[in-house]
Amino acid sequence: MMNAPIPQTVISARGVDLTFDTNDGSVHALRSVDLDIGKGEFVSFIGPSGCGKTTFLRVVAALETPTAGTVSVNGMTPDEARRARAYGYVFQAAGLYPWRTIGGNIALPLEIMGFDRAERTRRVREVMQLVELSGFEKKYPWQLSGGMQQRASIARALAFDAEILLMDEPFGALDEIVRDRLNEELLRLWAATGKTTLFVTHSIPEAVYLSTKIVVMSPRPGRITDVIDSPLPRERPLEIRDSPEFIEIAHRVREGLRAGHAEH
Amino acid sequence: MSRYGPLLLLVAALFALWYAAAVPMNIREALSAAERNGVVVEPATAIERRDANALGLVAANLAQIPAAWAQDRPRLPAPHQIVGELWQSVVMEEIEGQRGLLKSGSLSNRGLLLHVWITLSATALGFVIGTVAGVLLAVGIVHSRTMERSVMPWAIVSQTVPIVALAPMIVVVLYSVGLQGLLPKAIISAYLSFFPVVVGMVKGLRAPDAMQTDLMRTWDASGWQVLTRLRLPASMPYLFASLKIAVAAALVGAIVGELPVQGGGLGARMLAGSYYGQTAQIWAALLLAAALAAGLVAAIGGAQRLALRRMGGAA
Ligand SMILES: Nc1ncnc2c1ncn2[C@@H]1O[C@H](COP(=O)(O)OP(=O)(O)OP(=O)(O)O)[C@@H](O)[C@H]1O
Ligand SMILES: [Mg+2]
Repeated sequence: MMNAPIPQTVISARGVDLTFDTNDGSVHALRSVDLDIGKGEFVSFIGPSGCGKTTFLRVVAALETPTAGTVSVNGMTPDEARRARAYGYVFQAAGLYPWRTIGGNIALPLEIMGFDRAERTRRVREVMQLVELSGFEKKYPWQLSGGMQQRASIARALAFDAEILLMDEPFGALDEIVRDRLNEELLRLWAATGKTTLFVTHSIPEAVYLSTKIVVMSPRPGRITDVIDSPLPRERPLEIRDSPEFIEIAHRVREGLRAGHAEH
Repeated sequence: MSRYGPLLLLVAALFALWYAAAVPMNIREALSAAERNGVVVEPATAIERRDANALGLVAANLAQIPAAWAQDRPRLPAPHQIVGELWQSVVMEEIEGQRGLLKSGSLSNRGLLLHVWITLSATALGFVIGTVAGVLLAVGIVHSRTMERSVMPWAIVSQTVPIVALAPMIVVVLYSVGLQGLLPKAIISAYLSFFPVVVGMVKGLRAPDAMQTDLMRTWDASGWQVLTRLRLPASMPYLFASLKIAVAAALVGAIVGELPVQGGGLGARMLAGSYYGQTAQIWAALLLAAALAAGLVAAIGGAQRLALRRMGGAA
């Protein structure tokens, strides 16, 4: 691999198992998941629906407790890390509060964390610039397009400078063109902030384009079938998607997905 | 015009029906009065008329129909009589009455405005108490399993007891501990109005979806922050829907609370009217109470629009 020196590990999962008990039997959502994520990495999770991608992110964020195994985040438990406000979580839907302006929405976590007014204003302005939403501060969510709302929700996750960014299909509901733009933007953001990012997607090109590491998963029970360290450089123009390296990684991801399926 | 057309038609039909109904209702009194004045009516004596069919009496004495709309103490006053009574007791009483606004500087207790004011104060106080209690109970219920199990069944039972039976007891009990006047009525109002607020607010406080509460969790928000920054704002549409029901219930409570005490108010006016056979007075008080209810609900609606506009207009 090209990026040989393995950076300091931020998230480390060992033998993580999670079984949901529901009325009609139990669902084995994760089985013996082992994964190390280094500081500043961009890790994509890809796999068919129901393979446990969301569940894994939720386990990392302490929104779900594994039935077996351990996850450590900077040497802490996920819940300790949550209390230390280590996570910026972006959900599939923007989830902006409709009664707050865009600026108010982005300021909300800052308010909760006790930043003073001047600091809130400064940070809101800064992250809105970062996601190219300057000037929309006083607008309400319904006055923005879906893509702009999603950018606002990313800005909200960035505002309090969490160390780890968790993104669950943030662009799933957007069309290809908007998605390309946001992907470029996200990559730029990531380069600028250097945040460790966990990103769930269904799109192979998106995963390959964005990631330093691609985690391929397969369902029933949800498990990791392949982990690919990307040899692509960190500087990535959109055209890189036509390069042979890109196509080769995409091919390997597709093979991994197919293999996961064939086992059934 | 086309918007109000059907409404006007409906109102006109109601008035026609009312006038029509007033004739057989009042024909006996009209015939008795005419007989006293020496007019020949058919049949001629009250004893003969007692067992006769009212519609038959109308048919036999068509000339007395206008008199049926002009009785002093009609069983069913005609609309213009009620309007006359309203004019008299709302406007003329204050202008011409010895103790009216113009001559004494304060509202006459023979007019209706003072009684509207008395009822309105009890309603307002009861509504505020009921709303505050309802919101507090809902917050408790949403935050504590124990409270949900213990409070909710009692809240429901409390509303199955007929208020007409309960109101005099509340008044008597409170009187015995030295409370009288506004407060007992307000408490009856509150008793009726807290319930819709509890039900609506429990639903409203639980309205935020899992994603919104999960976000709060990732930010490590305290219970208080989740309540004030997420649950309460999310519950606003539910709150206002409940408040509209609650304010109407509060008015009913105040009126019922005025029945056992002769301290004035629209309820007392209705009761007095029925003691003295002043049906027009009952109806006038009734209409004012209805108008008051409509006004209160409209005021809540206005507050709702204001609040929701301040909250982004699309909430
Ligand atoms: N709260 C829950 N209770 C019961 N079962 C659950 C729960 N959450 C997830 N599951 C189950 O766990 C499995 C994994 O779900 P998960 O949401 O992690 O999948 P996913 O990979 O994110 O899928 P998708 O790509 O469709 O979002 C699924 O079978 C799902 O039905
Ligand atoms: Mg998912």
